[in-house]
Amino acid sequence: MATTRRMILLGGLGTAGALVVGYALWPSHRLEKADALAAKPGEKFINNWLKIASDDTVTVVVPHCDMGTGIYTALPQMAAEELDADWSKVKVEAAPPDTIFANGPLGEGFILSTQGMTANDIPAFLRGTVANTFRSVAGYMDLQVTGGSSAVRATGVYGMRIAGAAAREMLVKAAAARWNVSPSECTTKANKVLHAASGRSLGYGALVEDAAGYSPSANPPLKPKDKYTLVGKSIPRVDIPKKVNGTTNYGLDVVQPGMLYAAIRISPVFGGKLKSVDSKTAETMRGVKKVVSLDDSVVVVADRFWRAYNAVEALDPVWDNAGNGKVTSAEIAARHNAALKGDDLKKDITTGNGADALAGGRLVEATYSVPYLSHAPMEPMNCTALWKADGTLEVWSGTQDGLGARAFCAKVSGLSMDKVTYHLLPMGGGFGRRLPGYFNFLEQAVRTAQAMPGTPVKLIYTRDQDMQHDYYRPNVTSHLKGALGADGMPVAWVNDYTTDDGANSEAHIVYGIGNQAVRTAKVPTHVPTGPWRSVEASWHGFFIESFVDEMAHAAKKDPLDYRRAMLGAKPRHKAALELAALKAGWGTPLPAGSGRGIAMFESFGTIVAHVVQVTVGQGGALTIDRVVSAVDAGMAVNPDGFKAQIEGAIIYSLSAAKNGEITIDKGAVVQSNFPDYEVVRLADTPQIEVHLISSDAPLGGAGEPGVPPLAPAIANAIYAVTGTRIRELPLKNHTLTLAAR
Amino acid sequence: MTVKLKINGTEHVLDVEDDAPLLWVIRDEVGLTGTKFGCGIAQCGACTVHVDGNAQRSCVTTVGSVAGKEIMTIEGLSANGLTPVQQAWIDHQVPQCGYCQSGMIMAVSALLKTNPKPTDEQLAESITNICRCGTYPRIREAVRALGEKV
Ligand code: FES
Repeated sequence: MATTRRMILLGGLGTAGALVVGYALWPSHRLEKADALAAKPGEKFINNWLKIASDDTVTVVVPHCDMGTGIYTALPQMAAEELDADWSKVKVEAAPPDTIFANGPLGEGFILSTQGMTANDIPAFLRGTVANTFRSVAGYMDLQVTGGSSAVRATGVYGMRIAGAAAREMLVKAAAARWNVSPSECTTKANKVLHAASGRSLGYGALVEDAAGYSPSANPPLKPKDKYTLVGKSIPRVDIPKKVNGTTNYGLDVVQPGMLYAAIRISPVFGGKLKSVDSKTAETMRGVKKVVSLDDSVVVVADRFWRAYNAVEALDPVWDNAGNGKVTSAEIAARHNAALKGDDLKKDITTGNGADALAGGRLVEATYSVPYLSHAPMEPMNCTALWKADGTLEVWSGTQDGLGARAFCAKVSGLSMDKVTYHLLPMGGGFGRRLPGYFNFLEQAVRTAQAMPGTPVKLIYTRDQDMQHDYYRPNVTSHLKGALGADGMPVAWVNDYTTDDGANSEAHIVYGIGNQAVRTAKVPTHVPTGPWRSVEASWHGFFIESFVDEMAHAAKKDPLDYRRAMLGAKPRHKAALELAALKAGWGTPLPAGSGRGIAMFESFGTIVAHVVQVTVGQGGALTIDRVVSAVDAGMAVNPDGFKAQIEGAIIYSLSAAKNGEITIDKGAVVQSNFPDYEVVRLADTPQIEVHLISSDAPLGGAGEPGVPPLAPAIANAIYAVTGTRIRELPLKNHTLTLAAR
Repeated sequence: MTVKLKINGTEHVLDVEDDAPLLWVIRDEVGLTGTKFGCGIAQCGACTVHVDGNAQRSCVTTVGSVAGKEIMTIEGLSANGLTPVQQAWIDHQVPQCGYCQSGMIMAVSALLKTNPKPTDEQLAESITNICRCGTYPRIREAVRALGEKV
């Protein structure tokens, strides 16, 4: 993996590398299109994502959307670093959702080159793009996606740095030509090219016109790490000032002249259709303009949102449940267990003697499961759409892929891409919910607007609709077996797990165990599923790291030592575990009722080890006191921003571990709002310490990797205190009692 | 059906139902969008505003119940530049997506007026707003830092 990435940076060796570098830099004729789309007077694009103005200001155009992860600061840091720009003269803008700013090819090249995959092997966070065939309309090229913890790793490493360095090289060439000196005699600093020998200097603004005429080189020299002045610094985030005074405009805040509001009720049973609805009473209610029947839902359009909501609640729609009206969580669980016991298991990987090796040691065996989860971002799904008299469509919404959203709207409206304008707005949380493939709210808004030509309509999901019409983190069951040799170390590892899709590479363990068999049992259900912060790692992290702990206890060994003994070939993983353990005081005494658990998982190129300290009270009440984290992501572009992502991942994961559970009854989701889908608040927030490890490894993701090891670290800590092994989440379903010690 | 609301010092005479939710009237009628919708049932606090100086969840507050009272939104709080709470939010880099933060800042500002130096426990007891991005550790730090300045 590392080799491939380095090769790409060194000059496009290999086909994937060539694709990436080739994409990262536009030929100069495309600059005019970019200028027309996104340059203000006095500004000029010098290459992808970089504009330079006559006053030397550099504007970095970010081809991602903001959902709070700090990429509007981290990505510009990377470009500005290579461009030798002074941070006070750097501005940041969102790229318009247009193909010329797509990051799809970049992401694709990145994914294919680092994961050793073929184009048909789409990683989980992008799977919906393929499942929902809009790819055939817009093409994979039309992704501007923000997900998979990929912004810094793909756009940053392969795009922003190259763009910054290439622009610097072009500016130097332009200055050297003016002065009639060799480019090698010129240096750059603080938005200027300098010629030390003659004492001359020129600002970037004076050079940009000339510079844009040079073709960008595919492999401009990149700065060595020790020369960094911006990357690796905790620069305050550029998006924060507008987020403390209420002036960030999210999708929910769109205001258009003459705008109406829409409230929706979607078939409670997934896959259900609207059979009929009597709209008469609703139509007489104050402010109601129209009752719109859609395929799977009924929508009320009114002059104000609360009036639309009151009216939609007053309706009594009749649904056709498409045969799914009897499904329950218990029935799905029974299907999981039957599938895992059946002989339809599909081989994922086998090493050594596989499952046969189980006979070679003492058997440890357990079945784990995790429930469906809703994303529940703070901002419920919403979208504003306007069908114009000229037959074009204008759409406003916050999604994790502006270009993909535009392509999707084109598809559902039957219009060509050029007839659809899409305004990408900041999101009040994404966590995977707003990725392409999961755009039900866009489709419903577009269809509602279609029924109201000439009028902008803002469709807002209530929290109930949001929670009951999500694409859920799947409910997954795993049947694990290990065989322990005479020394207590495992000689065999067998993991059979359910999937509603294909095999998950996250099920492959990092530990050195000679004989392994990993197999899948496909259990399709009618419940729509999708990527939820850390995707497949969110369940495999819990299964694997809990079961390793079980094996350690069965072997009567310290769980930290047990893991270390299996990580001979993985020094970075070992170092992360050791640092977390050291900082948490692993092995030092704690008061009665308190205990620690440890877990470590690598996802999205980042290794995270958590040590969690819990206290179980006399009555069984559980408190999560402290989480100490050690994180190796190679290098953090913005360390404080990176830490914030790990803190956030810990809280998000803690909410799920403690309380998160979507259950199905009569084919529909039971939970509807925060009282029955409780989440962590300040009172449940542990002390959190995050320690970043710098290594030479390629940059890892920030947003997701903090999630997977948290639940197992908690469960392992609970075991340490109570002797009770938690094999099913969430924790709220378990009664804890203090072990008699 | 006329309701008189005093929002951020300005009187608004509005033709709305008595039982219309304050949140949506602030947003859709008055056009102040800094106050957010999160749950609609006073669970999450994204819609927190001040009514006569106290934090109140506007999604379940009917306009009839606050007619004539002093209502303040995040826009009103920010009218004269950043307050110390907002500055602390920047200093501690609190927001992530930022969506909950209007409500969070309104709730914390109201608390600090009556208790400028809350303990962690008092803070947690009083501030029950939800932040799905998980900015709680930084909120706690920011409030501790504000308390130290008292
Ligand atoms: S900052 Fe995103 S919900 Fe609080």
